[in-house]
Amino acid sequence: MSKQNIIKLREKLMSAVFLVAALASILAVGLICFFLLVNGLPAMGEIGVFKFLLGREWSPTDIPPVFGILPMIVGSLYVTAGAIIIGVPIGVLTAVFLARVCPKRLYKLLKPGVDLMAGIPSVVYGFFAMAVIVPLTGSSMLTASILLGVMILPTIIGLAESALRAVPEQYYEGALALGAGHYRSVFFIVLPAAKSGILTAAVLGIGRAIGETMAVVMVAGNQARMPVSLLKGVRTMTANIVIEMGYAGELHRQALIATGVVLLLFILIINLSLSALKNRSKQ
Amino acid sequence: MNCFEIKDLNLHYGTFQALHHINMDIAAGEITAFIGPSGCGKSTLLKTLNRMNDLVEGCKITGSVTLYGEDIYAASDVNLLRKRVGMVFQRSNPFPMSIYDNIAFGPRTHGVKSRLELDRIVEESLRAAAIWDEVKDRLKKSALSLSGGQQQRMCIARALAVSPEVLLMDEPTSALDPISTEKIEELLLTVREKYSIIIVTHNMQQAARVSDKTAFFLTGEVVEHDSTETIFAMPHDQRTEDYITGRFG
Ligand SMILES: Nc1ncnc2c1ncn2[C@@H]1O[C@H](COP(=O)(O)OP(=O)(O)OP(=O)(O)O)[C@@H](O)[C@H]1O
Ligand SMILES: [Mg+2]
Repeated sequence: MSKQNIIKLREKLMSAVFLVAALASILAVGLICFFLLVNGLPAMGEIGVFKFLLGREWSPTDIPPVFGILPMIVGSLYVTAGAIIIGVPIGVLTAVFLARVCPKRLYKLLKPGVDLMAGIPSVVYGFFAMAVIVPLTGSSMLTASILLGVMILPTIIGLAESALRAVPEQYYEGALALGAGHYRSVFFIVLPAAKSGILTAAVLGIGRAIGETMAVVMVAGNQARMPVSLLKGVRTMTANIVIEMGYAGELHRQALIATGVVLLLFILIINLSLSALKNRSKQ
Repeated sequence: MNCFEIKDLNLHYGTFQALHHINMDIAAGEITAFIGPSGCGKSTLLKTLNRMNDLVEGCKITGSVTLYGEDIYAASDVNLLRKRVGMVFQRSNPFPMSIYDNIAFGPRTHGVKSRLELDRIVEESLRAAAIWDEVKDRLKKSALSLSGGQQQRMCIARALAVSPEVLLMDEPTSALDPISTEKIEELLLTVREKYSIIIVTHNMQQAARVSDKTAFFLTGEVVEHDSTETIFAMPHDQRTEDYITGRFG
């Protein structure tokens, strides 16, 4: 074989390797969707789509069993909304502080701290909440919201900070030149200019919060009933799956997988709104 | 009467001295042009007049600058100074919000709350900046949808909206086409009675057309500061003459 041919062969081999790598991740996504749909949809059919999605009772061990996941859907939405209400304001204010207020030396200390938060395993967050928050507010919706609000902070802070840093300095200077003080310029000019980035941060936060499982199971109480109050227990879709999967029988198991389908649908909606956001900010 | 009186001003960026012993009185109610080759310190001096240099790390200033007799570096309220001394930047910088909100930001900052009053200020400022007719039907539209020339006139309107006493303009027309430039020059001539204006420009004709006084800068020093006629017709300094006739740099 000539040297040329060897080089050509090597090129081909490399591109094949890349192709396989790319295909592997696409394949994984495809397989997950396929598995969920094949196992979940028949159960939905058998139970009845409306009874399944809008049923207010979940009693998988009754005879006959009742599979209504509305309590878990509502639970997930409430807990996520709570997390956003708590996490977004704190995260955005922290990002403003990091990007526009804090002195460089303090920044060097705080930034790695925030990055570290992102790497802490969720079970550790769960332990922390059991030890610190549960004694105050019980195993409840409020506790889960606070905990998730804390857990999404690194996502919100990181994205909001880079959105703030991307705002052209001339906006800030223009505001100062009109006689506005530092904080007025930052909050009324720089922050609004970063709003699409901050919205993206919030949406990613929603994605994280709705998918979080372990930490929520540890502190939410997990009662499978329609949420009654902030201070009472609540069960999310993820919690529902992880708690019951171990002992679930035939239809029960499929109903849990169908819960996964619903969860996937939510994630899909979140991703679609993310890309819609990105398209809008590009224009 | 003078608006600014600058005495023995030295300015360092770190170890680099950008301005040397500037002594200059700037007459109130007139248009003063700063001319000179690139890097000679025109923008730097302009920015010392509304203390935008405070933002630059390592910028040290000695000497004194007074505005109607008050030392602007001794005074504590920088925001009030910047309200009194407005600035228009070389690159127009409309905020990413509606035209109305752009103009209203300044007055709101300084405590104007009444809707009626804001409406009046917005219209008056846009009229003064000769852009009212072009934007009156789209005040709620984003300011970023305006053309470059319109954006710059809107920025002038925004600066006028806080009723400054002095207006600093750093090459306000350098990024604009001749027609927009002409519009801005005309507007300068119409607002000159109400404001003292200092304009940095690389365009000799512009300086000659609009200004009453001209100051020629070279490497951080004021070489000559006189009536525009004198500077352009019979400058005292050879270097000024060389620059104006284009024999320089
Ligand atoms: N932030 C800064 N840090 C350090 N040096 C600076 C800074 N700003 C300006 N300089 C220097 O100070 C000198 C004067 O700059 P200045 O911007 O005032 O010039 P200019 O006369 O406005 O020039 P141009 O006509 O190109 O705008 C230049 O040598 C420049 O490199
Ligand atoms: Mg300049």
